[in-house]
Amino acid sequence: MDILASTRQAFALLFSGDAELWTIIWISLRVSLTALALATPPAVILGYALAQKRFFGRRILVVLIQGLLSFPTVVVGLILYILLTRQGPLGSWQLLFTQEAMIMGQAVIAFPVLAAFALAAVQGADPRAHETAVSLGASPLRAALTTLLEVRFAVVAGVFNGFGRVISEVGCAMMVGGNIAGVTRNIPTAIALETSKGDFAQGIALGVVLMLFALGISITLGLLQGRGGLK
Amino acid sequence: MSFRHLRKSFGGRKLLDLGPFAVGAGEAYVITGDNGSGKTTLLRILAGLEPGEIAGFEFRGVPLIHGRLPEDVRHDIVYVHQHPYLFHSTVAHNIGYGLAARGIAGVERRRLAAQAIAWAGVDHLRGVPPAKLSGGEKQRVALARAKVLKPHLFLLDEPTANLDGEARAQAIALIRQLVQDNGSLLIACHDRELIELPGTRRFHLENGKLDEA
Repeated sequence: MDILASTRQAFALLFSGDAELWTIIWISLRVSLTALALATPPAVILGYALAQKRFFGRRILVVLIQGLLSFPTVVVGLILYILLTRQGPLGSWQLLFTQEAMIMGQAVIAFPVLAAFALAAVQGADPRAHETAVSLGASPLRAALTTLLEVRFAVVAGVFNGFGRVISEVGCAMMVGGNIAGVTRNIPTAIALETSKGDFAQGIALGVVLMLFALGISITLGLLQGRGGLK
Repeated sequence: MSFRHLRKSFGGRKLLDLGPFAVGAGEAYVITGDNGSGKTTLLRILAGLEPGEIAGFEFRGVPLIHGRLPEDVRHDIVYVHQHPYLFHSTVAHNIGYGLAARGIAGVERRRLAAQAIAWAGVDHLRGVPPAKLSGGEKQRVALARAKVLKPHLFLLDEPTANLDGEARAQAIALIRQLVQDNGSLLIACHDRELIELPGTRRFHLENGKLDEA
């Protein structure tokens, strides 16, 4: 294996606009961003409720979410596979080996990350923020939105972390997506496949893209936190 | 605002056990008392920010159930923290926040906010991030943010605590104006100048009881 030659080839693939490569990148982004868009609102609402409200089962939910943070993605894939397989309870939906199944899996994987960040953000918020909103006449919904806005940088950090987790996960995507070229093959599953075939160039090129995503997330977070420093 | 009885206990210890009390329209009361005597707790209970046992609670003649204050009553009582919290936006947004919560449209909201900004003398702070304001400036913004709502009752918690010199004088001047404008105020404080503010009645909170001084 000539690493240098493979790397050169990888960059050539990236910059030549290789259709197969860019399809893989597009599928990755589409699936992960859709999963995040679906999971973020309910996860943030749950995180907020767990931080602000006292209700029966709250403690169990907090423990559950914290536990799910380290839940293996391959197990999420396994459970979803059992549910979606033709003989499974959701088999009639015919979603196995589709992008929709991958989106479902990634939404489940991102959910505890998003909820845990929102919970920590709201718990760490100055209690006077919510009280001030209420005292100035805000409705419960407006007061909740105001509190979340006050800790927006921490909530957004959760979204970026969730993105980092789902864009790079391979276990669930492989199991429920099936790694079908042009349909469900995303960056991590493609890297796993190409590496097993000994085609390192595409693996390296996709690896570079993943690392650029990670770098982009880190830079964006840094910029956001810099602006957060304005408080 | 009036109540027949107000009680509050913490872990079996009775903090407040107040008999009949009323703040009439246009009346300003100053409540003194040692640290921990329950002044802040009393204001927070009346603001609906803390649970408490209140019997015969009425506001503008309407009987109320504490903890379930209707929106119009919530809009008529504004509590200002000892160390006011300003939202991480702008001074103008902070002052317009309560107006927006009342559904007042943008143009009118900006006009009223501009008036309140001028009243509090914080026009020069419009471009300064709220977190960068001094304690005195924050207090003035918070007073403007409360005043712009024209509430029937202001609950001010130690508004001059930790302020000195010019900042304290400016805060007192604003509170004096609120009193002169016939606002109903309940002010918890230690500040002698506020305690002796013309037009106010003084109450002292001790051992859970509130007595006129």
